Amino acid sequence: MPAILQFEFMVRALIGGAIVGALGPVLGMFLVLRRFSLIADTLSHVALMGVAVGLATGAEPSLVALAAATLGALTVEWLSSRQRLPGDVTLAIVLYTSLAIAVVVISGAQGFSVDLFAFLFGSILSVTSLDLWLLAGLAAAVFVYVTVFFSELSQSSFDASLARVTGVPVGWVNLGLALLTGATITLSMRVVGVLLVGALLVVPVLAGERLATGLRATLGIGVIFGVVSALAGLTIAFYADLSAGGTIVLSAVVLLFGAQGYTALRDRRRASQPE
Amino acid sequence: MSGAFPSSRPPVLRLDHVTYGYVDAPAVDDVSLVMAAGDFMAVVGPNGSGKTTLIKLALGLIKPASGRVQLFGGDVAHFGDWHRVGYVPQVATGIQERFPASVAEIVSHGQYAGVSALRFWKRTTTPVVLEALESAGVAHLAKRRIGELSVGQQQRVLVARALVGRPDLLVLDEPAAGVDAHGEELLNDLLQRLNRENGISVLLVSHDIGAVMRQANVVACINQRLVFHGEPHDLTQDELARLYGFPVEVLLHDALHEHR
Repeated sequence: MPAILQFEFMVRALIGGAIVGALGPVLGMFLVLRRFSLIADTLSHVALMGVAVGLATGAEPSLVALAAATLGALTVEWLSSRQRLPGDVTLAIVLYTSLAIAVVVISGAQGFSVDLFAFLFGSILSVTSLDLWLLAGLAAAVFVYVTVFFSELSQSSFDASLARVTGVPVGWVNLGLALLTGATITLSMRVVGVLLVGALLVVPVLAGERLATGLRATLGIGVIFGVVSALAGLTIAFYADLSAGGTIVLSAVVLLFGAQGYTALRDRRRASQPE
Repeated sequence: MSGAFPSSRPPVLRLDHVTYGYVDAPAVDDVSLVMAAGDFMAVVGPNGSGKTTLIKLALGLIKPASGRVQLFGGDVAHFGDWHRVGYVPQVATGIQERFPASVAEIVSHGQYAGVSALRFWKRTTTPVVLEALESAGVAHLAKRRIGELSVGQQQRVLVARALVGRPDLLVLDEPAAGVDAHGEELLNDLLQRLNRENGISVLLVSHDIGAVMRQANVVACINQRLVFHGEPHDLTQDELARLYGFPVEVLLHDALHEHR
């Protein structure tokens, strides 16, 4: 048995990483296509605010973070549905407000810098069996949501007005997506950390988008790339004693460059061989 | 002009004193018009005249500040029969170059009729989808990515998407924008066929008045307010001058001639 599988915490980290790697791109695809991928970073900082409040008040940080991310998702969708502000402005306001609150709470209550560090950069040691069960439950919920509402989600990301005139309840569909994104980010940040969790939703999708024709194929490639990045990153982190969050995201970036290079070569070959 | 209205055919779209926008500078100002089943109605006006806003009001995408909008006889705010409406938005500015959906996927969205748990697992390239692509003349593009097509091809894909649900009303916003002359001709022929042979009502927005005069049986000229509403050959040079703010004889002469 390879050394990496002899440690229980690594087995938990690998299972958790695989689930997180699969979940991120499933939700991320619709966010990227809607040009709303900054919501991942926004909600991760809202979750960080929840962590800070939890650590300062003695409440369970993950639960407060989950509540905060849910509230953040509702706020973002509510603000953008009113269309008073452009989407990116809404996201920026929510992101910086929560980050500022997090910083203030952290500076006010001294003495939990180690715990906070684990949330910021991820800590594979901290993945518990409960986390895995929660992740598995969330994965099931996301799977059902995305397969049942695939057409609604696709249409809302393609052209929201056109979707409305086709009878799609765009607001509700996007709200569901935002809530699941908030939950995914909160549970994923144990593995990759607040600062990098957004990358896991976005980078594998960009690779899938390069290679695939069709939304389902893009989703499939994104999920495969997400899982491969998570497992490769965790393995590298284990043997080289590096931060798992960083190696996971860097693995995803390497795959993205690979996909980019492959499509560039393919397009050049097609161009030189007329049909 | 009032002789042609109201028509004996049932109304497809009806606007009663509709106003939208800032109080001192409304984008659409007190517009009333009726479109009957089987009409080919063109909404024309210069850039910034409120044409696209009028379409958004007609489709319930925005709510009027005052006035009433009815689709197929019911208030648009409570309208639910969206399968009766095929909407073709302006594509020249719209579709992301890298959007990875296939043409067949985009067209299959037009069949949407509520939540369906197993749709994800079914094929998108169905005979109905291919038939719609065929009638829009783009069946050979079914497996291509929507983002990599030309604007004219994307336009016809969106027409196929609108047709696949077998609508009673087709609404097109500036379909000629960004399309070359050949593409425009193909589109015009298709719309004529759909209107005359299939009896689909067509509502077309354009800033190119000459082109639509040949096709439409009803024209609504707007420049915030309704300047003219009636049959194209009743449109006078005076009204056109009011619409565009300058005489447009040269531009219009051929088109009017052909219409007669």
